[in-house]
Amino acid sequence: MKLLRLAPENTQLGFMRLRRLSYPLSAALSIISVVLFFTVGMNFGIDFAGGTQVELRAKAGAADIASLRSKGESLGLGPVEAQRSGAESDVTLRLNVQPGGEAGQSAAVAKLRDAFGEAYDFRSVEAVGPRVSGELVQSGTLGVVIAILAVLTYLWFRFEWQFAVGAIIGTMHDLLLTVGFFSVTQLEFNQTSIAAILTIVGYSLNETVVVLDRIREVMRKYKKLSTAEIVDKSVNAVLPRTIMTATTVFLALLALFFLGGHVIRSFSAAMIWGIFVATYSSIFICSPMLIYLGVRADTFDKNVEPKAEAGVKVKA
Amino acid sequence: MLRLATWKIASILALIVCAALLIVPSFLDAETVASLESRLPSWIPVRPIVLGLDLQGGAHLLMEVDTPSVIKSQVESLRDDVRGKLREGKISISGGIAMQPRGVLVRIADSAERARALGLLQSLNQSVGGALSGATGHTIDVADTGDGAIQLTLTEAATTDKIHRAVTQSIEVLNRRLNGSGTKETNVQQQGLDRVLIEVPGLQDTTELKKLVGTTAKLEFRLVADAGVAPGDFDTLPQQQGGTIPVEKRVMVAGEDLVDAQPGFDQRTGEPDVSFRFNLRGGQKFGQVTSDNVGRPFAIVLDNVVISAPRILGPITGGTGQITGNFTVEQANNLAVLLRAGALPAKLTTVEERTVGPGLGQDSIDAGKRAALVGGGLVVVYMLTTYGVFGVFADLALGVHILFIFASMALLGATLTLPGIAGIVFTIGMAVDSNVLIYERIREEAHMGRSVVSSLDAGFNRAFATIIDSNVTMFVAAVILYLFGSGAVRGFAVSLGLGILTSVITAVTMTRMMIALWYRRGRPTVLPI
Repeated sequence: MKLLRLAPENTQLGFMRLRRLSYPLSAALSIISVVLFFTVGMNFGIDFAGGTQVELRAKAGAADIASLRSKGESLGLGPVEAQRSGAESDVTLRLNVQPGGEAGQSAAVAKLRDAFGEAYDFRSVEAVGPRVSGELVQSGTLGVVIAILAVLTYLWFRFEWQFAVGAIIGTMHDLLLTVGFFSVTQLEFNQTSIAAILTIVGYSLNETVVVLDRIREVMRKYKKLSTAEIVDKSVNAVLPRTIMTATTVFLALLALFFLGGHVIRSFSAAMIWGIFVATYSSIFICSPMLIYLGVRADTFDKNVEPKAEAGVKVKA
Repeated sequence: MLRLATWKIASILALIVCAALLIVPSFLDAETVASLESRLPSWIPVRPIVLGLDLQGGAHLLMEVDTPSVIKSQVESLRDDVRGKLREGKISISGGIAMQPRGVLVRIADSAERARALGLLQSLNQSVGGALSGATGHTIDVADTGDGAIQLTLTEAATTDKIHRAVTQSIEVLNRRLNGSGTKETNVQQQGLDRVLIEVPGLQDTTELKKLVGTTAKLEFRLVADAGVAPGDFDTLPQQQGGTIPVEKRVMVAGEDLVDAQPGFDQRTGEPDVSFRFNLRGGQKFGQVTSDNVGRPFAIVLDNVVISAPRILGPITGGTGQITGNFTVEQANNLAVLLRAGALPAKLTTVEERTVGPGLGQDSIDAGKRAALVGGGLVVVYMLTTYGVFGVFADLALGVHILFIFASMALLGATLTLPGIAGIVFTIGMAVDSNVLIYERIREEAHMGRSVVSSLDAGFNRAFATIIDSNVTMFVAAVILYLFGSGAVRGFAVSLGLGILTSVITAVTMTRMMIALWYRRGRPTVLPI
């Protein structure tokens, strides 16, 4: 049987030369992401912004979004956002945080039930008070930061510090670009988005570790090569695997995006984006970083000496 | 590579059989599971995988104990204690006891008296040994302010302990209320320091539930104030049927003394009512007060609202009575449940509410199934077309990986949520990564001119370190997500974490076994990849 090979083999591509292109590009994209985050902002879901969200399905026929909106607005609950979700009969209504603290949220739900309960089925109701949403933001951010620190520590122990720094810069890059992705697409940012971000962090580090692992191996073997040559050799060696794995994960996520239902669509979309960005950054951002951080073929012979000395040698 | 102990193969096969048996209950209906459970020895876990509320439908309420009111009542009782102690020691105070947010201040002009008071008040200080709340230390700081006053401040440990106890007590009361109202399978548990999570599978409309759990249900019997009562001795309380009524501050009998409450019908009017029974102490007190106050109206006060204010027609000494108040049958039922379950130590407010209907839940299950099947199918076909017979091995390992995820979820009693399904689909894509790492390495080694068996050996050995390193990073992300995530997202973390563990096991161990068996059978001289 003729086997399928997506990745060309025994490639000798000069990835490191491309860093003069990839670095400015990534820097620009990262800056744009930050600017977008602060100007346009993300579309925070009620998990983080607080408020009330209900999913309705018309008991008969299609949902009348215009009348839902106008009737909703007349309830005195502030602006009502009405959006079709999935089928013709399905609508998502969203209210802002209600005045009157946590009790206000409950009252709003009751009002919505009274107003629409006759013509619509309530498929789901979510009401998140301002305090809980604030805590979710906190724990979400803390989780991402701690995950990065934990993995950084692990990498520091398993590799040289330069590798950890390279990995962390790559991960930051992926994080920023994912934030940018949410700002551009205005996909709802909710708790599952935090899950997506942490998974992207995990995947990005996974990719980076595979490349770094190989770089370390090649460095021990070919002591005469320059860092750029070593990195190029390593990236080319793991390229088939990188493409294979990115493809299998992409296939699984594609199924999730198209068939997994609208509840986790924004999660799937973010993950798909994350897979691409993480694959790109492991090759074009993390690996070239080692050249700047002064990793050289003899770094690994100095394992017995204090780490600082290895750094000094490079500068000399 | 070729050495492969029979016991290893046997134990892997045994593990697969065990895993397959573990997920059997998930495919059976509840009755069969129950009868199986009763017939099998108890150490055999007969547990179907629990579906999260987002999949099976149901209501999730996060309630918060009103911490300020707990602390306020704690300060009030501190004030009463201080007053009692000083009275006991016959120490006169200048200008009353000032209440502060977290303590009280007493002014005592005479310095000798003040020193004596300081000693007396020190005895109020107790040690807190809340093993469950984790708070240890003492309850109050007593100090001379230096300008003629003594400052008593509740410590952090004391309030934490108090809040913790309020939450524990609330959980007990809520459990009694929910069970009393016939709501099935409710789960009430503490979350964080001051929150209670209530989960009711299958419930759609939370209006009734919120009424049931949001009512403090503090019942008091108090006399209606006469015209001549001093203004400081009565409260003006709203009446249920409208208007207000002056009621004496002194509580004759309180809800703690109730032992039973049942809904019924008034024998004369036929209206729904609630009949109650006091314990011995309450019965005696009630008998005493009613004998002393024949002809006067008394108020039945629930959460500071007067339900009714009937006139005492004669001494009520039997320790029983009825509450009427224009109830509907349902209201009488609910009131009886609330009174039986007792009062909440503090008010609970809903801070988060999520309900999912069975329709949406089923849709999510269907969508998740479809995505998993199609995603898995794509990965299987892709591995097959890329690696041929080795792809078959990877696919078999993938199948076992999925089996292991579900089996370990059933074993651990983990909850499967929609993000959890997404996590499983993601690990399907991720699980073959270990195979890919191994296979690509084997190819590389073969290209460098190694023999088949030595390529296989080198491929497995060299790829192993990379597999561990790369999966540790992913696993760390999953663990952190579990620790910091909440609700459905935790489900994602669980399936991601379990998926990483099982995929490493299946991809490395099982693939190795299959390839070894394959090699032994044909002794091929060319690698099929």
